[in-house]
Amino acid sequence: MAHGPSKNFFNRWLFSTNHKDIGTLYLWFSFAMFLLGGAFAMVIRAELFQPGMQLIKPEFFNQMTTMHGLVMVFGAIMPAFVGLANWMIPMMIGAPDMALPRMNNLSFWILPFAFAILVSTLFMEGGGPNFGWTFYAPLSTTYAPDTVNYFIFGVHIMGASSIMGSINIIATVMNMRAPGMTYMKMPLFVWTWVITAFLLVAVMPVLAGAVTMMLMDINFGTSFFDAAGGGDPVLFQHVFWFFGHPEVYIIILPAFGVVSQIIPTFSRKPLFGYSSMVYATASIAFLSFIVWAHHMFTVGMPIAGELYFMYATMLIAVPTGVKVFNWVTTMYKGALTFETPMLFSIAFVILFTFGGFTGMMLSIAAADTQYHDTYFVVAHFHYVMVAGAVFSGTAAVYYWLPKWCGRMYDETMGKLQFWIAFIAFNITFMPQHFLGLAGMPRRYSDYGLQFADWNMVSSIGAFMYGGAQLLFLYNVIRTIGWGKPISDPKVWEGAEGLEWTVPTPAPFHTFSTPPVVK
Amino acid sequence: MSKRARALFLGLLSPAILSLVAGGASAEDAAWNLNMPRGVTEVSQAAYDIHMIMIWVCTVIGVLVFGFMFYIMYAHRKSRGVTAANFHENLTVEILWTIVPALILIVMAVPATTALLKVYDTENPDIDIKVTGYQWKWQYEYIGEGVKFMSELRTSQDEQYGRAPKGEHYLREVTQPLVIPANKKVRFLITGNDVIHSWWVPDFAVKRDAIPGLFTAAWAKTDQPGVYVGACTELCGKDHSRMPVVVEVKEEAEYYEWLAGKKEEAVIYQSTIGKEWTNEELMAKGEAVYAVSCAGCHQSAGEGIAGVFPALVGSSIVTGPVEGHIGILINGVAGSAMQSFADQLSEVDIAAVIHYKRNSWGNDMGDIVQPIDVLNYKQNQ
Repeated sequence: MAHGPSKNFFNRWLFSTNHKDIGTLYLWFSFAMFLLGGAFAMVIRAELFQPGMQLIKPEFFNQMTTMHGLVMVFGAIMPAFVGLANWMIPMMIGAPDMALPRMNNLSFWILPFAFAILVSTLFMEGGGPNFGWTFYAPLSTTYAPDTVNYFIFGVHIMGASSIMGSINIIATVMNMRAPGMTYMKMPLFVWTWVITAFLLVAVMPVLAGAVTMMLMDINFGTSFFDAAGGGDPVLFQHVFWFFGHPEVYIIILPAFGVVSQIIPTFSRKPLFGYSSMVYATASIAFLSFIVWAHHMFTVGMPIAGELYFMYATMLIAVPTGVKVFNWVTTMYKGALTFETPMLFSIAFVILFTFGGFTGMMLSIAAADTQYHDTYFVVAHFHYVMVAGAVFSGTAAVYYWLPKWCGRMYDETMGKLQFWIAFIAFNITFMPQHFLGLAGMPRRYSDYGLQFADWNMVSSIGAFMYGGAQLLFLYNVIRTIGWGKPISDPKVWEGAEGLEWTVPTPAPFHTFSTPPVVK
Repeated sequence: MSKRARALFLGLLSPAILSLVAGGASAEDAAWNLNMPRGVTEVSQAAYDIHMIMIWVCTVIGVLVFGFMFYIMYAHRKSRGVTAANFHENLTVEILWTIVPALILIVMAVPATTALLKVYDTENPDIDIKVTGYQWKWQYEYIGEGVKFMSELRTSQDEQYGRAPKGEHYLREVTQPLVIPANKKVRFLITGNDVIHSWWVPDFAVKRDAIPGLFTAAWAKTDQPGVYVGACTELCGKDHSRMPVVVEVKEEAEYYEWLAGKKEEAVIYQSTIGKEWTNEELMAKGEAVYAVSCAGCHQSAGEGIAGVFPALVGSSIVTGPVEGHIGILINGVAGSAMQSFADQLSEVDIAAVIHYKRNSWGNDMGDIVQPIDVLNYKQNQ
């Protein structure tokens, strides 16, 4: 009945409809993009190592900051979690595959083309996008290089890919749960992904609308974002952030899900407050739609609007706090061990919470007048994006890799990677708080002498952090090729859930007959 | 506890410490600066105070939560022979840790609201100044006074590209600072000419976006004369980091003296437009104007950047009829980074820089462009 993967390389990978193979494709693609986006970050930090322009020209610097943001958000983090969803959701809910396997293939295979188009603009006359990943008009319309049209096309393709992936996840979870797997029995990773998928379906079309209006303004003489023609540059920001704020939760919610799987496993104790975790996730998702203009506290909104967005933003701290307290209480009175996935997860809780604190500070509109668009903001969102999403993604790979390939990774090397990453991360981004408070704006290709010291520290940390990722790559390849074979379905002593009932390594097809969940 | 001891104590307790220097030294003398300046206006001090309240609240919560986590990581590790408990639900604590943070937030909303009301208190100013962001410089206009000037970066390209040592005020010096009086409520009406910029003076806690086609307002009133340096904080293109804001606060009497001087300058200037300028005068003035206003894009020897900024050497406009060249500077090129300089440069500057371009780097037109030609062009348009 069950057959294995095609022996033909092209048949297997290009035409795959298997959720595990597509998950693998997503994960490798996202790691490649992670290294590319990281390389852009290295260029940025190398140029900022000391004041003055040493290595690159300012216009190329702006392309680097823009491409770093775009590649990391749309190319590295989002596809990484889609890859995890592909691999894990069917196995967690007892389904044989994703509900829409051919669309699954399509949603992955258009991504490499989107990024090929986007990255190729760097080599074109006039250079690639140089207006920041938030691409505010009119810098991204009237004043943009001609290659902006490639950027718009690329964003459309990414959006289509995300929407298809999300519909697939929603369809899978709604229709393919094993008998007895009620909604409130689903693992939290599945819950966070369903909620994320709804967010994606809701806001990706908004992004598509924003870039389409740009396309019209640039090529067809409309004036959506041009005050001289009756439009409004601020309208762009409202539309963008109506997408952009849910977008950051799209990135972080699956990370919450991963950590909610790992912490109980290594605490050998069930997740504390499962249902309140689900409600908190849903509340965060809801709030994400009604706080967007806190990214725009300096555009001169009326005070009533500013107060509303401040209060609504402060509210986010409540459900987020609930999640943190539940994770900590899960660990309380457990029997803790500190394997690599657990180390990354604990670091996630601490550093994400720290990023949450600075987030609360940023919500205070009067103080945000000082923080806005400085390195304080850069530090804040790297605490939640890197120590949040990337740490969680790394934890997930170490946690599930033995199940995927039936081989154990090298624990010592994993821990070494963790400690280098943890220390280097803080050396990189902690000083950026200080730079921002002392007055250094973000997206600066050069700076005054008073910022020289902390910039140098930050750059050194960034190079170390980059090095740790090469160790990660090496450890994963070594595990897949030469790791110690294991066959225990559970892999981890404290692991619970359907994915740990299938053999290790996970066969090409799992749950062809649905399991019964009691 | 002394400030230093308190700071050290905090540094040991939590990584949430952004406040080793709780005083807020000004940005100039603080290389290892950690905190925001307290500033010199009511608004900046309100922003600083709410910032410090938030730091303390976060520090306390952080110490409690992280402290508890570290205790768990020490006490409940499997290697100590503990067995895991199995509890996983408690409605009371869930309600408790929803309500308590909500209450803390409600309490913090009060000072946050008060501070924001101060930021928005832009009514009844003593002086109105229009601030316009250009790629990549600021224009200041004293409304009702007939005084208007550009404020551009003074740091040389040589310093930026490592061909000369960097001065003390690297990237923090401008051709002409904005001058305002002490003890007067000054309102800034901020707008943009091309893309969105953002006008920020940390010591005033004034940061408002300069949006083309719209106005935003902010205000400052300080009793402390001095020089305050700020920056552009909205990505506005390649020289985003090269358009500093410098504000000089003068005592009231000195300010009015300065303003009178500026008005006189404008009168004297009018008389130079009609004068016949020599080749040497125009070349000298043109070179200076070129370095500040043109070299950023067209590069210091007019070579441009392929595909982005056209070269001026051998350019059809520069080597074509004078009228065409003047027209480009007066009107700009729609839909490109080449903006109109009609409001940014004086007739003398425009004439001089055109003359300089037509007679430099191998361009050898040999004609002389006079300020009066530029004025005539403007009037005939």
